Amino acid sequence: MWRDAALVAGKDLRIEGRSRVALSQVAPFGIVALVLFAFALGPDRQVMAKGAPGLFWVAVLFCTVLAIQRSVSVESSDGARDGLRLSGIDPAGVYLGKAVAVAAQLVVLELLLTAGVVLLYGARIQVPWMIVVSCLLGTIGLAATGTLYGALSSGLRVRETLLPFLLLPISAPVLLAGTRIWQAAMAGGTPATGMQWLRLLVVFDAVYLAIGVVLFGPIQETA
Amino acid sequence: MTDDPSTTALTDVSGLAPMAHQAAAPVTNRGVNPVPGQSSRSKLVERSIGTVALVGTVATVWLGIWVTPPDMIQGDLVRLVYIHPGVAWVALYLAFGLAAVSSLLYLWPRTRSLFWDRLAAAAVEVGVVFNVCTLVSGSIWGKPTWGVWWAWDARLTLTAVLLVLFLGYLALRRIPAEPEVRARRSAFVALFAAIDIPLVHFSVNWWNTLHQGATVLNPGLKLKIHGSMALTLLLGFVALTLAFVWMLLVRYRIGVLEDWLTANELDLALVERQSEGGGPVDEGTAGIGAMDELSTDGVAVA
Amino acid sequence: MASPALPSSAVSLRDAVALSGRFPLLSGVDLEVAVGETVLVEGPNGAGKTSLLRVCAGLVPLVSGRLSVFGLDPYRNRNAVRRRVGLLSHGSHVYDDLTVRENVRFAVRAAGGDVARIDPACVRWGLVGRLAKTSAGKISAGQRRRVALAVLTARWPELWLLDEPHAGLDAAARVLLDRVVLEAAASGATVLIASHESGSVADLASRAVTMTGGRLTAERSLDRADGGRAPSVVREGPGVGGPEVEVADAAPLEGQVAHVA
Repeated sequence: MWRDAALVAGKDLRIEGRSRVALSQVAPFGIVALVLFAFALGPDRQVMAKGAPGLFWVAVLFCTVLAIQRSVSVESSDGARDGLRLSGIDPAGVYLGKAVAVAAQLVVLELLLTAGVVLLYGARIQVPWMIVVSCLLGTIGLAATGTLYGALSSGLRVRETLLPFLLLPISAPVLLAGTRIWQAAMAGGTPATGMQWLRLLVVFDAVYLAIGVVLFGPIQETA
Repeated sequence: MTDDPSTTALTDVSGLAPMAHQAAAPVTNRGVNPVPGQSSRSKLVERSIGTVALVGTVATVWLGIWVTPPDMIQGDLVRLVYIHPGVAWVALYLAFGLAAVSSLLYLWPRTRSLFWDRLAAAAVEVGVVFNVCTLVSGSIWGKPTWGVWWAWDARLTLTAVLLVLFLGYLALRRIPAEPEVRARRSAFVALFAAIDIPLVHFSVNWWNTLHQGATVLNPGLKLKIHGSMALTLLLGFVALTLAFVWMLLVRYRIGVLEDWLTANELDLALVERQSEGGGPVDEGTAGIGAMDELSTDGVAVA
Repeated sequence: MASPALPSSAVSLRDAVALSGRFPLLSGVDLEVAVGETVLVEGPNGAGKTSLLRVCAGLVPLVSGRLSVFGLDPYRNRNAVRRRVGLLSHGSHVYDDLTVRENVRFAVRAAGGDVARIDPACVRWGLVGRLAKTSAGKISAGQRRRVALAVLTARWPELWLLDEPHAGLDAAARVLLDRVVLEAAASGATVLIASHESGSVADLASRAVTMTGGRLTAERSLDRADGGRAPSVVREGPGVGGPEVEVADAAPLEGQVAHVA
């Protein structure tokens, strides 16, 4: 399974490296979202700094949807999805590979968005490690659920509209947890305040990764 | 070739009189346990549940509005307690729980049967109705009590998220697909939603209490309930639960009819397909369509 | 004919019905293919030839009837069966953003094939030089076919399911394809070819079945009256006959297929 995952992750990342969709389309979209939020909340930097955690995570969620869409649509070139199924490759490996590839792209995007939030909103980060950990854990959760729902909606023509509708409510805990941890990190609170949220994220990630590994195969055969 | 008479399969559709089978080929029954006469029995059960539910609801409303006393603090507004927690209980626990369990049973290979899929779908649809009622009744109660139409307290938020998940499920089901494929997809979505709800529940609870401190929550629990109020409350719960069951039965039956309709189309399609080659129509394969659609229904009404 | 599928049969279908939505792709197929046989599937458009191959590959489940490939159900025992089966379908399962060579490499590795055979297969099918480094999105349909065929040649599965394999290939590629199919058959692989072209393909197969309306409606033997196989299409090299087909020129790949246990 791990070897297959590495194979698929490598393939997805290589495709991303060639086509640069995440870099040239999703990243700018994220930045544009941040800018639009700034317009919506007004020029008061106090307000924006306060809202920075939430806005960051909402922007991340939007980017996740785009990244997942791309991850799914890669497989629809020339019946590639059938090809993956036919090759007898371990579907759990495919799931992990695709999730890892999406996660890698998201991490890069988050770096960019973090810089954006710090620069554009004047957010001040007191406890950086909390930011880092929350981003990593949150990314894993989003990639895990996103790849799963991407598989569910992969064959459908209405995927573009259906996927966000299905995915975003499921990602609510990640949004809540990430925002709270960021707030704690910005306010310089003790690690204890963020701990229970980190624990929630760990549980969320573990649960959905486990589900994905087990159910991705059956889901693929359904679509 | 074993060919069971076609009519037995058709009488399983509750409430529907046996029809003359219009396709030329006989219906092959696989695992159908035909219970002739079940249709009239289940019809009776359905009717009686519906009647009791209606009577109960009317009684609740009457008692609630005219007989029970108003609360000291909340005045007449407290009368919503007979409805609001009731619909909330149905929407959040009964409907959703049933949908989740049914979906799980559908996915489990041993118990896989389209019966569970239809049940889950019916439960979700009716659940949406009750969910909206919960939000609306809660809103009406909240405005005078809290001063706002909506508050981001944990329970309201959870109910709202649940509504969105329900709607997502229904949206997925509207996409045309073979029944088994649609059932699997929907079951997966329901399962993921069921797993998500506890996570959302915890998140939202922590989110809210950390943020706002004490909130005016659980309006119902603040009341001292006794006497006629307790009776009415209980009656309300029971009546609303029965109303849910009745709606569930009806919606389920509609689902069976819908699937029977599409299944019948398959028989014709098979016959046409085979006659493309100009060869004889294979009697054994015709009737495949009606097969699994109906074999999973013992419209299991106790 | 009520006996269960014999271990020496590669593919066995009994009364198979498969659906796509409400449309019956297969409406009751009975077919037995022995290990090492080469069978041609003919029929008009829409008869179900592609569906037949897809069902054998385990992509489409049956709603009734029985199917076994090498004694296993290809839909339930997917992973066990899929590595032994190679399907050449209409699409070439190619990622547009990867180069030709990367595509072949990925497909072979995903299927658990022998990595050492990738380069010889690419050479054989002409996927070398600049073409090998071109993005797969930019190549022609015929070249995509070559990519898929190179993958098959590198994998060398036990069961070859070829759906209109000649479509889109130029003359040289067609000759090469015929040669590869002959080699596969010679090495003991089972081959099912769905094709409209009865000409050269008929020389490769020992039997032809006709499909219409989703099931088999006719069958004929393609063996010559003299009992030997039809002469191979390879012109160069000594005359051939019988199961030991000698393919003379460009070094054939060592395609030793493990026989069904």
